[in-house]
Formats: sequence, structure tokens, C-alpha cells
Amino acid sequence: MTFFIEVLAGGLLAGVMYSLVALGFVLIYKASGVFNFAQGAMVFLAALTFVSLLEMGWNFWLALLVTLVVMVGVGVLTERIVLRPLVNQPPITLFMATIGLTFVLEGLSQMVWGSQPHGLELGIADVPMEWLSEKWNINISKFDLFAAAVAGVLVASLAVFFQKTRIGRALRAVADDHQAALAVGISLQHIWAIVWAVAGFVALVAGMMWGVRNGVQYALTFTALKALPVLILGGFESVPGAIIGGLIIGASEKVAEVYLGPYVGGGIESWFAYVIALVFLLVRPQGLFGEKIIDRV
Amino acid sequence: MLYREAGQFKSTYAEDMQIFPIRQDRIGVILLLAVAFLVVPFVATQYWFSALLIPFLVLSLATLGLNILTGYAGQISLGTAAFMAVGAFMAYNAELRIPGMPLLGSFIIGGLCAAAVGVVFGLPSLRIKGFYLAVATLACQFFVLWAINRVGWFTNYSSSGVISAQKMVILGYTFDTPASKYVLTLSIVVVLALLAKNLMRSETGRAFMAVRDMDVAAEVIGIPMMKTKLLAFAISSFYCGVAGALYAYCYLGTVEPEAFVLDLSFRVLFMVIIGGVGSIMGSFVGAAFITLLPIFLNLATEVIANTFDIEISHAVVSNAELMIFGGLIIFFLIVEPNGLARLWQIAKEKLRLWPFPH
Repeated sequence: MTFFIEVLAGGLLAGVMYSLVALGFVLIYKASGVFNFAQGAMVFLAALTFVSLLEMGWNFWLALLVTLVVMVGVGVLTERIVLRPLVNQPPITLFMATIGLTFVLEGLSQMVWGSQPHGLELGIADVPMEWLSEKWNINISKFDLFAAAVAGVLVASLAVFFQKTRIGRALRAVADDHQAALAVGISLQHIWAIVWAVAGFVALVAGMMWGVRNGVQYALTFTALKALPVLILGGFESVPGAIIGGLIIGASEKVAEVYLGPYVGGGIESWFAYVIALVFLLVRPQGLFGEKIIDRV
Repeated sequence: MLYREAGQFKSTYAEDMQIFPIRQDRIGVILLLAVAFLVVPFVATQYWFSALLIPFLVLSLATLGLNILTGYAGQISLGTAAFMAVGAFMAYNAELRIPGMPLLGSFIIGGLCAAAVGVVFGLPSLRIKGFYLAVATLACQFFVLWAINRVGWFTNYSSSGVISAQKMVILGYTFDTPASKYVLTLSIVVVLALLAKNLMRSETGRAFMAVRDMDVAAEVIGIPMMKTKLLAFAISSFYCGVAGALYAYCYLGTVEPEAFVLDLSFRVLFMVIIGGVGSIMGSFVGAAFITLLPIFLNLATEVIANTFDIEISHAVVSNAELMIFGGLIIFFLIVEPNGLARLWQIAKEKLRLWPFPH
């Protein structure tokens, strides 16, 4: 039983990491209807920039600030150069454009910072909590709990930002209805730039967490692929969906890997999440919290 | 003046129903095929065959397959490479395990197996649409590659998971030179492309387009949704499967499952978008563009490095190529979102009036 709890808890905490990446997708999709495949590349760019600055001997907070500026710059430039000329194109075209953007960002980050993997230390060791393992014999990594806390703080602050600030209200208005938002005088271009900047910030946080866990390397771009089943499970438009979807995917993936994996030869985590999401979608096509799909003829 | 259909009267049903109803189109296609079959095999070099022409043809076939699904039936799929993998590995197994199996028979079996897999993973399309479906097809991509890697039967229990395509023999003739492989690939691609062109103007093709434009409306006018969508997945996957078999047999020779990663799916999707969604010709143009672009970039960097006499490290070159590739794709999407096929349409309209535009 303790083993099961340990697996489950490990899975849930891994799910938090997926949610962190999925959040960036949701923010952009909600506000601009763009399925931003480049989120994974943004995570990579943010983590690589941050870790390279740290290795150059910069102060932690200064490096963080500069990386944030870079990510905001990337977001604003993307809006300006890629999205603005593509307004009113079908969603698939925008999606392809973000895949193109993925190539650009991957090439750019590796050209500037080199392609060798880096380790990242935030001062929190990736070791089991002592009192938990002593008392109940459950091993849960300190860092996982830290990541969960960071995700919690991030979601809370995003919620406050969306609910309480003027910009947040404008963001929600745009997400609800583009034309109505335009009609009351909200500038779509501004909002999109802000959303991309916020997504860049989320990518930075996700990149730091994933960077500590797996090292900062090219494989970070594949975190996007981990976040996709979370997205369709939770619904593209829903922030709570991204969190809960992440928890479900993380937990079921770990449990399946441990209890089902040995029977089919292991390595099932590459597709298991997708199959869960797929089965789930057959029952609820819009995901857990997605907007109900209404067909009008 | 050059391209005017006025004055071309059809006096029989057969004339009215032909695949290329305009005389200029017919002449153009025949000329193109004549050059491809009779001139190219004798003038092209080995490098041209194995690095340019064969991959171009194979990927055009895969693009054509995806275009049937995405462009005509409106279902987005990111699992193209998986269908190609199924085609490649099942063709290999058919050739290996069924004694006396003709090569083309194996290709067809590969295609049919891919079609079966396509139907299974097409089932979610009955419930979900758009990006949800696109992500769902990723399940196919990861599951198929995992299965091929894990289940030894597919790779004939080779320890590294690499298979070597058997010798290609048709009616006693061995296709082993690049030129003969090119002719074989070209023949298969031409036959399948003409079939696709024909299919897309039949009742089936029109049903696909109706589903693409609005599926609820299509259902209301009596188009069976399930049959149409699954048929689209089956036909598309069949094309991809045959393309995969050709990719293994004519292009790579030795294949590992990793040849069919997600990247290939994306590249094929790029070919569809850049070439033109819902256009048979666009599939070929798109495939040519995406196949040639990296080679062209490679040459360009070499030329730049030589003229300015600077040493550019390999890493910088490959990253710069990646960036330019991505940038050019964005550029093309912005400049011509309807794809290169649209440029040809504009050119045709201009040619109709040339040289006296009003």
C-alpha cells in the first residue's frame, strides 16, 4: 500500500510538471485561438538562456530578470512578425506557423548558447523527504514538492492577475469574444503581445523546473509533447483543466508504468498518456473543462 | 492566349469525363511524364536519383495521402509517419514470410495494413474535431513506433530493430540501380496520383469535400458520416503506407523505426500546407519545395563560406539552416497562405488573357 501511495504521489507531482507546460498552451489558445506548438521551444529557450547566464557568473535574480526580458521580447516579436500578418487565416495555418517558429527558436537558442547539455541547481536537492520516509516509509522528492508549490503559486498569481487587474479583465474579454472586446475598445494586438509575454514567463518557470529535473538540453523541447495529452484531457481553454488534466495524466501514467509496464515490455509512457486522453475524449469530446462544442448549421 | 479553354468542345461523354478536360493540361502532363520517364533516367546522376528524385517522389506520395485526408476530407492528422512505418514494416514482413510474394503485392499489403491502422485511429474522428483530433492522432504516432520497437516480429527479431529491404525483383528484373529504382517509384507514384485525381471528382471525393466544408450539413443531405470519414482515413493511410514501403525499399534500403519519427509527420504536413491544401498538384510542388529547401540551404552556406573565405562550424550551419527553414515556412504562410498551388492558379488566369489583358 505504501508503495502504491508512493507511486501515486510521484505521479501526481510529475503531473504538476506537465501542467506547468500545458498552462502556457492554454493561455495562448484562450486569448488568441492559436495552438502554439512552439511552447516547448520557448521552454527550452528560457531554460537555456537562464542557465547560460548563471554559468557566466551572473547573479540569480539578474539572470532571471534578463531571461524574463528575453522571453517577453520573443513573445512580443512573435505577435508582431508572425501572428499579425496571419490574422483571419484558418487555425491550421497558424498552427503550422508556430511549428515554423519552433524551428526558429530551437535554432536560435542553440546558435547563441551552444547545444551541450547543462545542469541546473536551484538549491533544492532532488532527494526524498526525510520525515516522510522515516515515519511512513514513503519516498517523495523534496524538489517535486517544491515544483508543486511553485506551480501552485504560479496558478494563484495568474488567477489574481486574470480576476483582479484591468489587463486581466481585458484578457478574459478577448478570450470570450474577440469582436465584442474590440467593440469596447480593447486593443487585440496589445492583448496578444501580453499573452505571449505571459506564456513566455510560464515557459521560463516550466523550463527551470524541468531543467533541474532532467538537465537543460535539447530534449526539453519534447516537454511540449508531454503537455499535449494533458491539454486535450483538460480542454484547450481551461486553466483548471490544465492542472487537473496534468494530475490525472501524471498519476495514471506512473501507475500504469509500474503495474502494467512489465507485462508489455515497458516504455509505455511515450504513448499511454495519449491513449488515456483519447479514450476520455470518446466520452467527452471537449475534454474535462473545455467549452461545449456546439455545431451551428 | 496560351492557356485558353474556349473553343474546346466535347462531343462525346468520354471526352467530357476525361481526367484532364483541357487540352493544354493534357499536353503538359504528357510532356512532363515523357520527360520524367524517357529523359531523366538517362541524364540524371546517381546523386540526383538517390538524394533528390526518389525522396521527392516518395514524399509526394505521402503528401498526396495526407492531402486526401486533410485537404479533401478536412481531418487533421499528425500520424503520417506512423502510417508510413506500418506500410514499410508490413511490406517487409509480407515479402519475408509469404513465399513467392510478388514485390508489388507486398507493397499493396503494406498499404492495406496501414489502411487498417488508419481506420482504427480514425475512429476518434467521429467524435472529435480540429486540434483535439490532431493531438489524438499523435497517439497513433507514438503507439505504432513503440509497438514496432517492442514487438520483435515486426523487425524479424533483429536485435537493433533495423531491417534491410529485400532485393526488388519484378518479373525477373532486379531493380538495384538508382535509375531503375527511380523508374519503379515514378511508375507507382504516377498510377496512384492519377487514381487520386480521378477519385477526388467522383461521388466519394465530393462526399469528402462536403464533410470538410461542414460535416453536419453533409450528414443532413444524406452523406454517411462514419463511412466517409473512415474511408478518408483508409485511403489516406493506404497512400501513406505505400509511400512508407517505397521509402524503405527504394530510398533508404535499411530502415529503423526511428526513420519514421514525428518530425517526418510534420514535414509531410508542411508539404501539404506549403503546396496547397486540397490540391493534387500542390502535393507534388510542396514535396519538391520541402525536399529541395534543405539541400539548397546547404549549398548556399557552402557558397557563402567559400566566397567570404570564412570557417563556419558545423553546429552553426545546422542551426542556421534550422532557423532559415522555419523562417521561410513562416514567410510562405504569410505571403501565400493558400499554398504554391494557388500561385499556379493565378498564373493560369493570367495566361488566359496574355498578352492582351483587359
